[in-house]
Amino acid sequence: MSIKGKAYIGGIYEHPTRLATDKSLAMIHAEVAKGCLEDAGLSKDDVDAYFCAGDAPGLGPMSMADYMGLTKLKHFDSTDVGGSSYVVHVGHAAEAIALGKCKVALITLAGRPRAEGMATGTVPRSRGGSPTPDEPFEFPYGPTVVNMYGMAAMRHMHEFGTTSEQLAWIKVAASHHAQYNEHALLRDVVTVQDVVNSPMISDPLHRLDCCVITDGGGAILVVAPEIARSLKRPKVKIIGAAETTKNQMGGAVDLTYTGARYTGPASFAEAGVKPSDIKYASIYDSFTITVLMQLEDLGFCEKGKGGAFVSDGNLISGTGKLPFNTDGGGLCSNHPGNRGGLTKVLEAVRQVRGEAHPKVQVKNCDLALAHGTGGSLGSRHGSGTVILERE
Amino acid sequence: MAEKERKLPAAVTSPETEEYWAAAKEGKLLVKKCKSCGRTHHYPRSLCPYCFSDKTEWTTASGKGVLYSYSVMRRAPIPYALAYVTLAEGPTMMTNMVDCDFDKLKVGQAVKVVFKPTEGGGALPCFTPA
Repeated sequence: MSIKGKAYIGGIYEHPTRLATDKSLAMIHAEVAKGCLEDAGLSKDDVDAYFCAGDAPGLGPMSMADYMGLTKLKHFDSTDVGGSSYVVHVGHAAEAIALGKCKVALITLAGRPRAEGMATGTVPRSRGGSPTPDEPFEFPYGPTVVNMYGMAAMRHMHEFGTTSEQLAWIKVAASHHAQYNEHALLRDVVTVQDVVNSPMISDPLHRLDCCVITDGGGAILVVAPEIARSLKRPKVKIIGAAETTKNQMGGAVDLTYTGARYTGPASFAEAGVKPSDIKYASIYDSFTITVLMQLEDLGFCEKGKGGAFVSDGNLISGTGKLPFNTDGGGLCSNHPGNRGGLTKVLEAVRQVRGEAHPKVQVKNCDLALAHGTGGSLGSRHGSGTVILERE
Repeated sequence: MAEKERKLPAAVTSPETEEYWAAAKEGKLLVKKCKSCGRTHHYPRSLCPYCFSDKTEWTTASGKGVLYSYSVMRRAPIPYALAYVTLAEGPTMMTNMVDCDFDKLKVGQAVKVVFKPTEGGGALPCFTPA
């Protein structure tokens, strides 16, 4: 059984805030849910399935379902694989709808790390009293978000000759897109030189190789075909989805690839399309290296050739072969709650609907991909891919 | 170089791993080897992550290895080099490169184990150029 064509994206919403000192976490979840239902033209009482991840306060979906007054739930899922959770949720919602478990599935994300002054990328985090089995063998060495991705970048450079200038092109492309997004945190267009001359955070990643830290959130509504047909919105059909985890493999560490090596081919096979058919790609961009490795693993270019592929503006809408992250992505626009998977789906939906900013809208964008990585490329991570088609 | 020493936290031990930390305190690096499939793994588990056999045993590693990758955290109060080292015995372990010029580190270089004192009187296996 396949989910191909069994479910649609009926509504989307992205919170405009990037600094939410005036809001509670639960409030942002509710605001994005409301915005998403309004986008679809549905009401709260139409929601019969709810999906959230570790950013939602409380145990699984219970507190948020209570807070928002979701009283008609027949299905829920709180799979948490970090920033990739919400891409995975889209696939899970499509599965549940295909099985007839529910018809209107709401996915929400919210976070306020900026308001809370969280040192997101540069301080090691411990789980305290209940460590994961790996933690005693890693935490004492000071792994942070940036130096873990830094090790992946360093190894990629060693094996394939990838350069900082090539990585910088990814940020340059994102900045070209962000200039048109009024909500983007960083709207200035930057150059390769700006990126490589920005301060080194953890070798070989510079400040401008890193995504922004913002508050905010977003929501997605996955709906059954009969619901999609009843809505006055463009029809965005889910035609492929896949998920996996990738880890250290008992010490057989290989930092040169990501879980996309499985989720790419699996989702393309389900959708019955190939990478060269894709008109637009939302690619998780916690760091420039994240984008480069995922592009390789998804099959947009050969392994090791990502540096050449992203260079010279190839990811810029209107000039490049593969327009990516046309909202500015995590590198420039937002990274709500340090989890960027949901906003990847949002911009892919906008592109397929034809509702992206006119300056970055891809012509005749009938096929798009969204991919998320959650956790760390340097140790263990979750991966999720979805492929969307305009009907 | 005049490197100020970072404070290293005391190891969090469990019945599954206390031998590893006791050996580190004695200046020995242990790795787990599976008697069923013969493979060596890290971090240590009771059940082999390759074949799921429960016949795993501690063996003393040579302490020799090769630098697989590293990243120098420049934004820490005392910069440090996070690293992966591939041990001569097979597995790759997370560690720190210490007692060296971080700007001269090279992926692929030979390294050897050294033990750094932790809070609470323990020791942490780190590596330095061989």
